[in-house]
Amino acid sequence: MISFDLNDEQKMVRETVAAFAVEQIRPAARSVDESGAIPSDLLAKACELGLVVGCLPENVGGYGDPRVAVTGAIVAEELAYGDLSCALHALAPRLLAFPVIEMGTDVQRARYLPPLAADGFVVATAAMMEPAFDFDPADMKTTAQHISGDYVINGEKCYVPLAAESKTILVYAAGSPDRGLAGVEGFVVPRDSPGLKISGREKNMGLKGLATFEVTFEKCRVAAENRLGGEQGMNFARLLSESRVAMAAMAVGVARAAFEYARDYAKERKAFGGPIATKQAIAFMLADMAIEVDAMRLLAWEAASWLDKGDDANKQSYQARNYAAAAALSVADNAVQILGGHGYIREHPVEMWLRNARAFGVVEGLAIV
Amino acid sequence: MIDFELEPQFVNLLNVYHASAEQLMRPISRQYDENEHEEPWPFWEASWTASHNPASVSSAQPPAVSRNLFTCLSTEELCWGDAGLFLSIPNPGLGGAAVLAAGTSEQKTRFLSRFRGGKPKWAAMAITEPGCGSDSAAITTTARRDGDDWVINGTKIFCTAGLMSVEKSEGFVVVWATVDRSAGRAGIKPFVVEHNTPGMTVVRVENKLGIRASDTAMLSLENCRVPLHHLLGSAEVTPAGGFKDVMATFDATRPIVAAMAIGVGRAALDFVRDFFQRNNIPIRYGISPRRLTAIERDFMDMEVQLKAARLLTWRAAWMLDAGMRNNLEASMAKAKAGRAVTLITQKAVELLGPLGYSRKELVEKWMRDAKINDIFEGTQQINLMIIARRIFGYSSRELN
Repeated sequence: MISFDLNDEQKMVRETVAAFAVEQIRPAARSVDESGAIPSDLLAKACELGLVVGCLPENVGGYGDPRVAVTGAIVAEELAYGDLSCALHALAPRLLAFPVIEMGTDVQRARYLPPLAADGFVVATAAMMEPAFDFDPADMKTTAQHISGDYVINGEKCYVPLAAESKTILVYAAGSPDRGLAGVEGFVVPRDSPGLKISGREKNMGLKGLATFEVTFEKCRVAAENRLGGEQGMNFARLLSESRVAMAAMAVGVARAAFEYARDYAKERKAFGGPIATKQAIAFMLADMAIEVDAMRLLAWEAASWLDKGDDANKQSYQARNYAAAAALSVADNAVQILGGHGYIREHPVEMWLRNARAFGVVEGLAIV
Repeated sequence: MIDFELEPQFVNLLNVYHASAEQLMRPISRQYDENEHEEPWPFWEASWTASHNPASVSSAQPPAVSRNLFTCLSTEELCWGDAGLFLSIPNPGLGGAAVLAAGTSEQKTRFLSRFRGGKPKWAAMAITEPGCGSDSAAITTTARRDGDDWVINGTKIFCTAGLMSVEKSEGFVVVWATVDRSAGRAGIKPFVVEHNTPGMTVVRVENKLGIRASDTAMLSLENCRVPLHHLLGSAEVTPAGGFKDVMATFDATRPIVAAMAIGVGRAALDFVRDFFQRNNIPIRYGISPRRLTAIERDFMDMEVQLKAARLLTWRAAWMLDAGMRNNLEASMAKAKAGRAVTLITQKAVELLGPLGYSRKELVEKWMRDAKINDIFEGTQQINLMIIARRIFGYSSRELN
């Protein structure tokens, strides 16, 4: 039955995370962007929200909260509303935790999840994206060959968040390159594995607070027991959808931040005898931005709700992600435009949001719901 | 809980609506487009009979808690069939909506009971004038009290189903007129003018770009007398008067117009999808956006724009069903759907080339039909204005 109502728990989660984003993350956002580093006390406070530990099963030290994609989308939007780099950093451990919870064997859950329930921020991550302009998850160039009982991984990954600090990295690779998404497998790879090399931190236009790395694999041998889902393997298509929904939801957060800032600015800024918000040229831009922010969110929620019903939601999440990527960029661009010269100056955050928003059409696999 | 899945009961009902659209509307779509002003009586008789047959689908009621949402859903199906024919279906229409919104219960019974049986009937709403459209507070048609009557004088244009309501059935028109021009908006009141009332005449019926099966009339009111009790609501000139009520009806009708647009857009999209399938042109969902062809990008964009418009529309209707104020969301749905479908249908013609441009197929007609949805029931710009006022917290005086 069609409904646009959050349940009570989702309302509570939204309220809590939104307050954290506004009070703690947003004030730090500019210095995070300029310095490239997220203060450790901010991450410690984010941990107290239970962003990772909440969804871990009770028997490994988590709270055992049910994992709901719509709730995940709400959390992602609110955190990204505060700051995209901080949001991606704080949620990065989910990139390992969620696939293991959902697709791992009992043994893998017992092995990889308890460390994530430890006190404080425990770094973990996954490597999906590859350095190609036309990277396609269904056509990965990183391969995993089954050789004498082990798997041997070869290839290059990029935009791997926190790779340098993560003890283990969940690596996606094509096991059967001709099978598209169905041929993709996941391997939990210890960072110190021979053949795994982490290059220097990537320098990007935006997401400057998030430490991302290029990771290369040269005949990197991984034991078969590290293969996500064991012999049965796993459903990568679903994980990909979950990741696209997360990125779409974060795009909503960035777009909403830019929209609200430009809206408030337009009411304050006076020209030709009154606030520029009273001019149709400006008012109509903001009206369009408001529509787009809501449209993006509904598309993300729609894909998320199908995921929650057990559907792979491949088409819906692809639509949501692509739409959100384009809309976030356009909303952020309009925000800079509305602020005019002031929007171009780093004193205001809108230029940062424009740089961050550009990422959504480029990156893949940096978050998961 | 957030949910986007229609219950089976709705799906079943909508399948029947879809079948009617396919079997009753599509086959005559071209005929009533090419022959504007020809009256599709067989279709009207069939729709009227169906809606008065307790066993038929159109009288099957969805749960009352989802009334507005279901109206949007069924409207999408019927406009997938033909938007012009949909608008021409005999029913209380916008005139009925005004009676429901502004009338007393006694007035509702008196004016609406005629739709329960007998011959097909229409009711219309007349607001727009030659000198004012979107700025409906600038209405110059007057209503002057004279004994037990109101005497109405003025000219109304763009009155949907005006001809059918005034001359061709036992219907009525709700005419908006000012009882006190110095009072501005507060002086504007709705009057029910019965069919064939002396003084009210259909001056002409417009020739249009699209939705040609639906008549759009110009009405002249010259010393047109209606009884006192034909004024809907109170005669008192207060800011909370009838004009506010008509604005409130837009909160319910704008999502429906958005749904009309979406129906037309879906028709075009379905046509393009089938054409591509027949010609082995793949639409590869999920692959790198950098590997998509221009055609795939265009098609995917059309599809997701339509979906975004639909979700906004469902939300606006759902809010109304839930008893929430949806003024902002109704305008968002209308603005998004009106523009998205205008562009989708234009793109459909382009993608199909000569086939799209040809009158042999309906795609060019859908492009013409679609455009009205970005104009009537509040233009794109009026809806953006409403959205902007809401997001800034401005009054119409502060932002206009």
